[in-house]
Parts: sequence; C-alpha cells; structure tokens
Amino acid sequence: MKGWKELTPGAVVTEPGSSEQFKTGSWRAFRPVWLPENCIQCLFCWMYCPDMAIKVKDGKREEFDYDFCKGCGICAMECPGKKGNKAIIMVEEGK
Amino acid sequence: MGKIVAVTGNEAVANALRQVNPDVCAAYPITPQTDMMQRFSSFVADGKVDTEIILVESEHSALSSCVGASAAGGRVITATSSQGLALMWEILFIAAGMRLPIVMPVVNRALSAPLNIHGDHSDSMGARDSGWVQLYSENGQEAYDNTIQAFRIAEHMDIRLPVMVCMDGFIISHSIERIEYLDDDQVKSFVGEYRQLYPLLDVEHPVSYGPLILPDLYMEYKRAQHEVMTKVSKVVLDVAEEFEKISGRRYGLFESYRLDDADIALVILNSAAGTAKDAVDEFRNRGIKAGLLKPRLFRPFPYKEVAEALKNAKVICVMDRADSFGGFGPLYMEIASAFMMNGSRPVLINKIYGLGGRDFLPEHAETVLGELVDILKTGNVRNYKEYIAVRE
Repeated sequence: MKGWKELTPGAVVTEPGSSEQFKTGSWRAFRPVWLPENCIQCLFCWMYCPDMAIKVKDGKREEFDYDFCKGCGICAMECPGKKGNKAIIMVEEGK
Repeated sequence: MGKIVAVTGNEAVANALRQVNPDVCAAYPITPQTDMMQRFSSFVADGKVDTEIILVESEHSALSSCVGASAAGGRVITATSSQGLALMWEILFIAAGMRLPIVMPVVNRALSAPLNIHGDHSDSMGARDSGWVQLYSENGQEAYDNTIQAFRIAEHMDIRLPVMVCMDGFIISHSIERIEYLDDDQVKSFVGEYRQLYPLLDVEHPVSYGPLILPDLYMEYKRAQHEVMTKVSKVVLDVAEEFEKISGRRYGLFESYRLDDADIALVILNSAAGTAKDAVDEFRNRGIKAGLLKPRLFRPFPYKEVAEALKNAKVICVMDRADSFGGFGPLYMEIASAFMMNGSRPVLINKIYGLGGRDFLPEHAETVLGELVDILKTGNVRNYKEYIAVRE
C-alpha cells in the first residue's frame, strides 16, 4: 500500500480503466454456480449481469468471473434453465 | 500607476475579480454579499470580463458548479455569506479534499437563528476545519489586496487549495473608503496565466475525480492534506513580498501593532482591529505599554509565529466576533494553543463582542485594555470568558 507522500493530490485517479484492479468479488455473500448440463446458452445471464462477471467466448458462456461477481443473483433469477431445471443456482459462500 | 477611488468593500473586491478575469463564476445572492456578485455579473453582461457565469438555485449548487468547473481546468470564483456558506458546507470539504484552487470572498455575517443579516464571524469560523485557506481583511483595501493575492496562493503548484477571503459584512462590504486600485495590467501579470493540474477536459489524459477511498487509504489522504497546509505560510509570505513590489503595501501572516515591548495586548480580527488600534494609541499616550495583534492568515494558523510575536506580553485579551457555545471563542482557542508551543504563560482572557453586527466602539476596547491593566497590577482574573457590550 502507498504511504501518504506517494499520493496524487486530491485523490485524482490518473490511470484510465483502473477499476479493473479493484477486485469486488469479496463482497459476495452468495455464489452463483453454473450447471452446464442445464444450460441452453440463451445468454440471458450475460445480458442481465450488471457487472461483466459472465465470460462469453465464441457466442457461448463460460465460467463466472468470481473476481468481480458480487453475488446479486439476477442471473439465477433470469435463467430459464432446461425443462424447469435452472442452470444457475445460488450457494451460500463458505458452505 | 494605479488610481485612488472611494468605493465600498464589495465594489473593491468585485473590481479585483474583474481585473483577475476568471474563467467561471457560479454564485447565489445573499446579503451582504449580493451587491458584490451583482457588480461582477454586470462586468460579465457588459463584456468587461470573459467569465462564464453560471446561474444556480442555491449555494450548494453554486459551489458544486465551481468544483466541476475547477476540476475541468478553469480559474473559478464564487462568493457568499452566512447561511450561504452554511449551505455550501458539504461541498467545502470536497473542494479542499480535491485540492481545487477556487477563490471565494466571504462577506462575514451572523448565522440564524435568530435571523440576522449583520456582520460577525460565525460563518467563516464555522468553516475553519473545512480545509480551505482563510485570509481575513481589516478594511476594503485589505479585502481588495487579499483577493488578488488569494489567486496566487490558491493556484501555487505546491498548494492547490481553495481560499476564502473574509471581510466584515456591512462594516466593510457597504462602507465607502479610500482605496488604491492597481492597474488592470499589473493585476493581470501578477496573477499570471492559470496553470491547470489534472484538468478533466484534457481528453488525451483522462482522469477521475472523487474516488471511493476506504479505511485502507483515507487517512493517508488526510495526512497529505495536512502536509500541504504546512507549506501555505511560506507561499503567503512570498506572494505578499511580490505584492508589496507592485503595490507598496506590506502584508504578513498577521499584523503586529505596537507589540514589541507591550505588557498588555489585544488579539482581534478584521474591522474591529482598526477601532482597537485607536484605543491602543490612547493607552500608549498615557504611558501604558499596550499592543495589538491582528491575524491575517487564520487557516493554516501560524501558531509558532504568533506565539513569538506575543511572547513579551504579560496579559492578553483575545477578542472573538464568533462564539463556540459552551467553549471559548475560536480565536482564543488558537492563541491558547500557540502558547503551548513556546513555553510562555501569559494571562489569557477571552471577550466575545459584536455578534450580529453589535457595534464595537472605542470605549469597549478601552474598557478591555483597562481590565488588562488591572490584571497586570493585581493578577486577579474576574472571568476568563465574558461578553462585552451586552445588556444584563
């Protein structure tokens, strides 16, 4: 951590896009868990995620980015699943 | 060469602001400041300045606009009084914390309740911990001179802090005095071109203002903010020295008046210091060694220098035109702290005077000096904090 002599006057942030360095995943109380066997790749989770915590490659979703997922649960709520079985479930952290 | 005019304090400060020609001004009218910003907005309307004036619905918005304009990279001013300053409260700390060199004349006025529009120092004294530099002015000339110097102090690259220039409401803001104006060119070259630091409008170098700083780093920022305050005194003196070269008028961190060999002394701010100097002269004529210290730079407070200047005085009265209910007056608390640094222990009493524009008359100063003489002789202090010129 920086000491007080090394700081930019007025707490001005001079490096653009630096919020990426601030990992916010530790705020999470519930962790979304992806169950690929129930996933129809509708990408609703990617669309609804208020952060950018769902990684997509070649039009298909991959694992969550747990560095930034705050566990809001919107993805799990919106997930249509397959035949009534959700592809995203919320599990309490530490369990 | 400048010219000599007969103008009010408000008119003099408005003229200083015209000569500086800032980029942006956002202000809201409040007595007794109103006529200053009214005059300045006339300069804008008449094309005498290039300033963009922002019409706002409150002082909270006025200072918020100033914060935005200053972060964008402009030279920015506003002005206020009393309730207006109180409404700016939240943003005062933001302007200072973001190190934005906004210059704000404060025409000192009492705070409600009860409602009162006249001069006392409750407003700016209440803002003393906000991180702004505070200069106090005895008369219209000092208010004019301090306003011009304030830009150099605020914008100094080692400082970058907002500055309040305080002057007494009505007594100074609305009284006509003889004032010497500098030439427009002199002021222009004295304040110089505005130098930007991290301007938001520099899109080649994008920056963010106002990040969330949590317990892991907040205290380091506050420590750094204190550090910059420790550099202000030197800059104030350097700027004053340069100002003397163009104006012939000398400024320091405070004014010492007949203080060197004084046994008794008054410490008093702003316009009342002028009245009190006459009383000091009167006592000197009677062979009593009286003196006076009038602070100019109140934040940061020059503790060491003030204690040194007062070290020979045996009995001192600090006079406050503001109160801390249940405590001593704000100026008294600073002077008492100053003496902790040099080991001298004079008798130090506090008088509260002139609240809500109550007249401070020469006989009031003489009564206080008389009491100091009695304490010098007897060593008996009647009361450490008292109100003067108040009906029982």
